[in-house]
Amino acid sequence: MSSLTQYTDLYRQTAAKIDANSAPVLNALRPAALEALDRAGRLPLPSDEGFEKTSIEEMYAPDFGLNPDRLPIEADIAATFRCDVPNLSTLLALVVNDRFVPTSTLIKNLPEGVTVCSLREAALNHPDLVAKYYGRLAPLDVPGVALNTLLCQEGVFIHVGAGVRLHKPLQLVNIFSARFPFMAPRRILLVAEDGAEVQLLKCDHTQTPGVKYLSSEVVEIYAGAGARIGWYDLEESSAETARYSQFYLRQERDSHFDSCTATLCNGSTRNEYNIDVVGNGCHTLLAGMAIGTGSQHVDNNSQLTHRSEHSSSRQLFKYVLDDRATGAFEGSIEVAHGARFTEAYQSNRNILASRDARMHTKPQLLIYNDDVKCSHGATTGQLDAEALFYMQTRGIPMKEARRMLMQAFLVDVIDAISLEQLRDRLRHMVENRFSGDHTTCTTCRNNPASKI
Amino acid sequence: MDKDILLKVSGLRAKVENKEILRGIDLEIHPGEVHAIMGPNGSGKSTLSGVLAGDPAYTVTGGSAIFHGINLLELSPEDRSHEGLFLSFQYPVEIPGVSMVNFMRAAVNAKREYFHEAPLSAGEFLKLMRAKRAIVELDNKLASRSVNEGFSGGEKKRNEIFQMAVLEPRLAILDETDSGLDIDALRVVAGGVNKLKTDRNATIVITHYQRLLDYIKPDFVHVLYKGRIVRTGGPELALELEERGYDWIKELEDNK
Amino acid sequence: MENKPKNIPESTDDIIGDVTGSEYKYGFVTDVETDRIPVGLSEEVIRLISHKKGEPDWLLDFRLKAYRYWLTLTPPHWGHLNIPDFDYQAISYYAAPGKKKAPGSLDEIDPEIRDTFNRLGIPLEEQKHLAGMAVDAVMDSVSVKTTHREALAEKGIIFCSISEAVKDFPDLVRKYLGSVVSYKDNFYAALNSAVFSDGSFVYIPKGVRCPMELSTYFRINASGTGQFERTLIIADDDAYVSYLEGCTAPMRDENQLHAAIVEIVVEDRAEVKYSTVQNWYAGDAEGRGGVYNLVTKRGLCRGDYSKLSWTQVETGSAITWKYPSCVLAGRGSTGEFYSVAVTRNHQQADTGTKMIHLAPDTRSTIVSKGISAGYSENSYRGQVKVTPAAEGARNYTQCDSLLLGSNCGAHTFPYIDVMNPTAIVEHEATTSKISEDQLFYCNQRGIPTEEAIGLIVNGYAKEVMNKLPMEFAVEAQKLLQITLEGSVG
Repeated sequence: MSSLTQYTDLYRQTAAKIDANSAPVLNALRPAALEALDRAGRLPLPSDEGFEKTSIEEMYAPDFGLNPDRLPIEADIAATFRCDVPNLSTLLALVVNDRFVPTSTLIKNLPEGVTVCSLREAALNHPDLVAKYYGRLAPLDVPGVALNTLLCQEGVFIHVGAGVRLHKPLQLVNIFSARFPFMAPRRILLVAEDGAEVQLLKCDHTQTPGVKYLSSEVVEIYAGAGARIGWYDLEESSAETARYSQFYLRQERDSHFDSCTATLCNGSTRNEYNIDVVGNGCHTLLAGMAIGTGSQHVDNNSQLTHRSEHSSSRQLFKYVLDDRATGAFEGSIEVAHGARFTEAYQSNRNILASRDARMHTKPQLLIYNDDVKCSHGATTGQLDAEALFYMQTRGIPMKEARRMLMQAFLVDVIDAISLEQLRDRLRHMVENRFSGDHTTCTTCRNNPASKI
Repeated sequence: MDKDILLKVSGLRAKVENKEILRGIDLEIHPGEVHAIMGPNGSGKSTLSGVLAGDPAYTVTGGSAIFHGINLLELSPEDRSHEGLFLSFQYPVEIPGVSMVNFMRAAVNAKREYFHEAPLSAGEFLKLMRAKRAIVELDNKLASRSVNEGFSGGEKKRNEIFQMAVLEPRLAILDETDSGLDIDALRVVAGGVNKLKTDRNATIVITHYQRLLDYIKPDFVHVLYKGRIVRTGGPELALELEERGYDWIKELEDNK
Repeated sequence: MENKPKNIPESTDDIIGDVTGSEYKYGFVTDVETDRIPVGLSEEVIRLISHKKGEPDWLLDFRLKAYRYWLTLTPPHWGHLNIPDFDYQAISYYAAPGKKKAPGSLDEIDPEIRDTFNRLGIPLEEQKHLAGMAVDAVMDSVSVKTTHREALAEKGIIFCSISEAVKDFPDLVRKYLGSVVSYKDNFYAALNSAVFSDGSFVYIPKGVRCPMELSTYFRINASGTGQFERTLIIADDDAYVSYLEGCTAPMRDENQLHAAIVEIVVEDRAEVKYSTVQNWYAGDAEGRGGVYNLVTKRGLCRGDYSKLSWTQVETGSAITWKYPSCVLAGRGSTGEFYSVAVTRNHQQADTGTKMIHLAPDTRSTIVSKGISAGYSENSYRGQVKVTPAAEGARNYTQCDSLLLGSNCGAHTFPYIDVMNPTAIVEHEATTSKISEDQLFYCNQRGIPTEEAIGLIVNGYAKEVMNKLPMEFAVEAQKLLQITLEGSVG
């Protein structure tokens, strides 16, 4: 029997409660989601194209609890979690499991024309606005999306009005905190109207390691004409945390989207990026890194479609895998008919640091137009032996030389981040990760990392 | 044990991928000396420097190398470095993503740790870098770049001598340091080497040409051929080689 | 003076409109009596084929097993191809031209057939033939002539049709048949194993370098048939052979099926070079007719330091589904794949390779050059797998796509699995079009656009063309030029 059944059964039993604790706009999509799930019958398996190394069925198999009644769950929010980025002042909000918790600084400092609130609240206060965007990018015929849509009650809503530029980055800290296995249907809807500018830093943490968690996350982002969006996603969870993140972005003309996803510490992670470049003159940057030790698993899957002219995209994903860690990367660039003067590049570079680490790579190009410049490259190998020897002759011990090279290997992913303070922070976190120190933000006390 | 001997190499043999390159090298170096090792292409010059520095590409098949009383061949490459052996690479390796500053700080502090000394503070370290940079007129900008990445040929060699200045070795091996250098760069590099020379350290200059020896005056000149030192003399031997080439030595040796 | 600085047509459509494709010069039909069994596929048909060929029981068993397995399968749909449903009961699985007995001398060959091969540029008379090449000529289901056999036999080399090999060297055939490509491998392999008609058999004994190129020329002639040949090449320790394969078919409105199997076994330190120039009829400009080329080719580098090199120039067929692969099982063995695939009009090609690294120090190189024009779809699909035992394995893959026109598609689907940390695997792919600067430069030097494109494309494909044996390279180059004539813009 499919893992899906426990969730659809649960929904059937608690539909009234789920609806009552959510908003009509969100509830409106649930019947179609249920229908899509019944049709699909199951979640993706490794025998499905694109899921070769990650079984979503398995990820969803444990008997996770949900919180349809929206009971408050204890979390030591203020004391434990303040994901500090030195010298960077952010507008902070938290999501505890799947509950949105704004901070007073956020509420006080939000400039005019910017809304950051729970999606439920937005759907109650501005139903037309939310209905215009909610569930329009993430299709229900994708089982993960349908399941998220079926169960999501709260979510996060970010709206940046036309021409509004948000100078301080928003920071969204996702925290898992529970005493029993828990699944959080997380949802983010970000709308940047024409000419808007916003940067978002998202950190995923697990506060109580040793407990199984599953984050089912669906992100929908609209980039209006000329909008500029920065999206930085840091995962530092626990070995017991599973994350299935599905990301949908639509870019109108002249919009810029920069992103970096860093999986520094996790259990099992699957990130899907679906990017639809519909307007001319867009720029897209998708960067990602993964550091895997123990039996961590990281799978990034990107599908980028260019439908318009004069757009450019760059993708860069790098993995360092040690111990029994496994990695997968699948990326496809599609250049549609008529998408002339497209420049699209994709690169996936990996280092296997141990005998038992595994990497699976599948970069793809689908090109339907001749006036394009496209390339992709993938390499999997080990640290440069010559460089190691050179460093040793200068007295740097082998272990340290290896660490320095691994860190150096990830430098260009970090450099792709446009926020300088975040760049420094991430560099430091990567350094700590490789040194085997605690990897979490300076004030987080959890998440011990294994040594590389 | 003769305390005055810095390095004593006896009957050293080594191979790479089953091919024997060094076939019994004997060499004795005292503090304050400059030794030049010359020889035609493929005679084993770079192999000798690689073997002394511990390059894992080579396998030692016989003989010994005693470095101020320590069995060099038993040490890891980094411990050889700590003990005072420095190799200036013929082709310095580019290490993208590792800045010169981080690279040298790691090197200096690893050595200090080896001798149970506290690591240098950031301020002390930068002061040291500044002081040593002057010796080879190395541009400050290079320090912030990745190791050797995008350096010109001359900058790479200057960078090697700069590292040598920072690490203050007891024995420096300069492997074809003159290759790819124009005359001005050669003068700067050689000037740096000479400034670092004391009566307590020694230098091995590996070169194909006499040119470098005009700037770094050798006390002894050895000719390496087919994995053996076939001739040893004073500076005049280098001049003779410059004039007559290597063919006469090849002939003499091949007809033995 | 007309203000038209570049000799480039106004639009791609103009050029494509101008040309309905250059003439397929091998599209004639030979009027020859054909011995053909009724259409349809059943156990009875397989028994009949086996009986006609006078086969031993073990081979009939092999066929029947394959057939029964095939019945359980459905055609694969993972390719980036639109393969129309094919009625496997609507064609005849055995067609033999002319006399029913294999001819022993040239006099016994039907003059029509001899003439056919002459028109194809493959003279069956040894004295007329290129001295450095022995040819096995296969028309429809049977081998009509193998040249230079005696000269080869002196060195102990066996080069004959596989039907003869079954009779004359049953132990060798039985030992190796199906050992590299199992009948369970895939839908088309199962079909081939059930109904295969003829093909070539090559055995190079220990220590022998085959003194001439061995070549098989495949020709589909009869209508309402398919071609299901099977080739088996064995290079024993320290042997060397270079093998060439060429193919053409008449122009017909119907789609003809070609489902072949090639199996190669390479023993210690032996080397096999396998070159293909595939020019099956591709269908007309509207995409009517043409051969469905669905083949399974695989070599097993069983011996230490053995080497297998595939080179292919693919210009024909309506649909190509083909992945010549290397299983690198011997220590230090090497696999190579060099491919040029040209598609135009409505052709579809999904082709590439698999490099399976099973042993330490194995090496593989993949160079794939795709050229798409018209409304065609051209995909590279390849797998590089490094298993945990393949210490120090290396792979380098380079896939380039060139698009001529904006209605075609060029795709790249590499699958890379690395399970050993000492392996180094590199994959690079680019997609581009011919640069206007290059064209203008050629124009300025007086070279017309069409010719310039030919030049540039040949330059682009050169890396692969250079891997072909010389006689073949010239042919392939001409073929490339003709194929692209007018279909570009």
